[in-house]
Amino acid sequence: MLPLNDVVHLAVTGLAQGCAYGLIALGFVLIYKATEVVNFAHGEFMMLGAFTVLAYSEAFGGSFWPAFVLGCLTIGVVGYLIDAQIMRRIIGQSSASIFILTVAFGFIFRSLAGIIWGWNTLSLDTPFDGQVALGGEFAIATDRLAIIVATILLCVLLYLFFSRTRYGIAMQAASQNQLAAYYMGIPVKRLVSITWAIGAIIAAAAGALLAPVTQIDTTIGLLGIKALAGAIVGGFGSIPGALLGCLLIGIIEPFADYLLPEIKGVSPYIVMLLVLFLRPEGLMKQTFKKKV
Amino acid sequence: MTSPLLEMRNVETYYGPIMAIRGVSLVVDEGEIVTVLGANGAGKTTLLKTATGALDSRKGRVLLDGAEIQNRDPDWVARQGIAHVPEGREVFPFLSVVENLEMGAYNRHDRDAVATDVETVYAYFPVLRELRGKMAAYLSGGQQQMLAIGRGFLARPRLLLLDEPSLGLSPALVEEIFRIITRLNREQGLSILLVEQNANVALRVSQRGYVMEVGGMVMDGDSNHLLASEDIKEFYLGKKEEGIRGRRRWKKRKTWR
Repeated sequence: MLPLNDVVHLAVTGLAQGCAYGLIALGFVLIYKATEVVNFAHGEFMMLGAFTVLAYSEAFGGSFWPAFVLGCLTIGVVGYLIDAQIMRRIIGQSSASIFILTVAFGFIFRSLAGIIWGWNTLSLDTPFDGQVALGGEFAIATDRLAIIVATILLCVLLYLFFSRTRYGIAMQAASQNQLAAYYMGIPVKRLVSITWAIGAIIAAAAGALLAPVTQIDTTIGLLGIKALAGAIVGGFGSIPGALLGCLLIGIIEPFADYLLPEIKGVSPYIVMLLVLFLRPEGLMKQTFKKKV
Repeated sequence: MTSPLLEMRNVETYYGPIMAIRGVSLVVDEGEIVTVLGANGAGKTTLLKTATGALDSRKGRVLLDGAEIQNRDPDWVARQGIAHVPEGREVFPFLSVVENLEMGAYNRHDRDAVATDVETVYAYFPVLRELRGKMAAYLSGGQQQMLAIGRGFLARPRLLLLDEPSLGLSPALVEEIFRIITRLNREQGLSILLVEQNANVALRVSQRGYVMEVGGMVMDGDSNHLLASEDIKEFYLGKKEEGIRGRRRWKKRKTWR
């Protein structure tokens, strides 16, 4: 058996990892619900976010928070423009073309980041050093705690936004019945672009917060694929489901890696396969089927 | 000379290579209820969708107060003052009744006036007040139709388009909904373009009517006049003419053919 101390350590690591997956999965699901497009380049928003925050941070002489806010907003603008300038034009094309386009975006973003920032691993200075005591002999690294806190905070903010504000409710309306939303004079196209921006901002925040854990290089966006697996485990199209699925695979991952180091990093996909076999609609069903 | 509220001139709309409406013209004046009658597939829904920009026309013009509005995005047309209550109601299923109503007022920023108008809708449809916190998906068909009309009204439009409000409802409910449509027209001064298969009830509430068949207008006139016409009686009201020997005159052709 594992000593209790290790169990707690692995669980906390997994929880933080799961939260990071969850943040990226949020973007996947938001964009999917708004447009029925799965953005396979979403992990790349996270990678670009980390680089951009790093670049701002260097420009500001190492101050993290202004760089963090500005970096996330920059990636938000990138997300908005990707939809407004490109995705909007190809809506209605076959889903295969849209799939390939988003995959291609991933390659383009990775090359672009490599050209701008180089292909080496960089590190970002964050204010999250040391660890916070949890009582007894247990402690949690501050950078991991920051991810967990940020996830909770962002989820609360998003919940309030979507349930309380005029914009948020209109986005729900547009996702439930796009044509009726148009008939009500809701600027559906603009709201979809804003959804892309929100998804990109969340992913960029995840990238910057994960930077102390993963470091920064052009390949960290591939984490997005694990987030996608988590979203599928939870039930694609359901936000709470996606978060739950990501937490689940996040927590399973360090234990599986520890106990079965031969298949390090594979456990999220095994969980996904199991769920697809046993409960193909995911742990939480999508609350409704979209009318075609 | 003032221009009519809505005018469609020789509008042609295609689904791919298929012409769905063929050079249709119609006029709705301020304060009127105008009906477009037609059987399934006559092009009534296509007509409304073309008017509000959900479909682009290939030819012809759509004018609101004399200004061209054809081939624009439907949300833009809605902001010009046309509220479209689509066929099959199309409420937002997972928003509450009151949220659905407020989405109708999306482009209004006078919060107090919107709140007053929500009360006005509750006064016309008291059942909606009782259900205001409920998700629209759980409403019955008739309640959803009321909600869809109320949502359209909340935009405070210049013109309300109603696409088959009688669809799938019991005769008693149809009577009730059309009574309220008449009241909205009289008491709120709401101009309405109504598309229906139910000729009897639609012609009784409207002042003028058009008859559509296979994508074209075949008749138009005052509603009273249309109600009295032999063709409307026979083909939309189902009143058979008895011929000699008491048999239906099966050879009778529609006079407009």
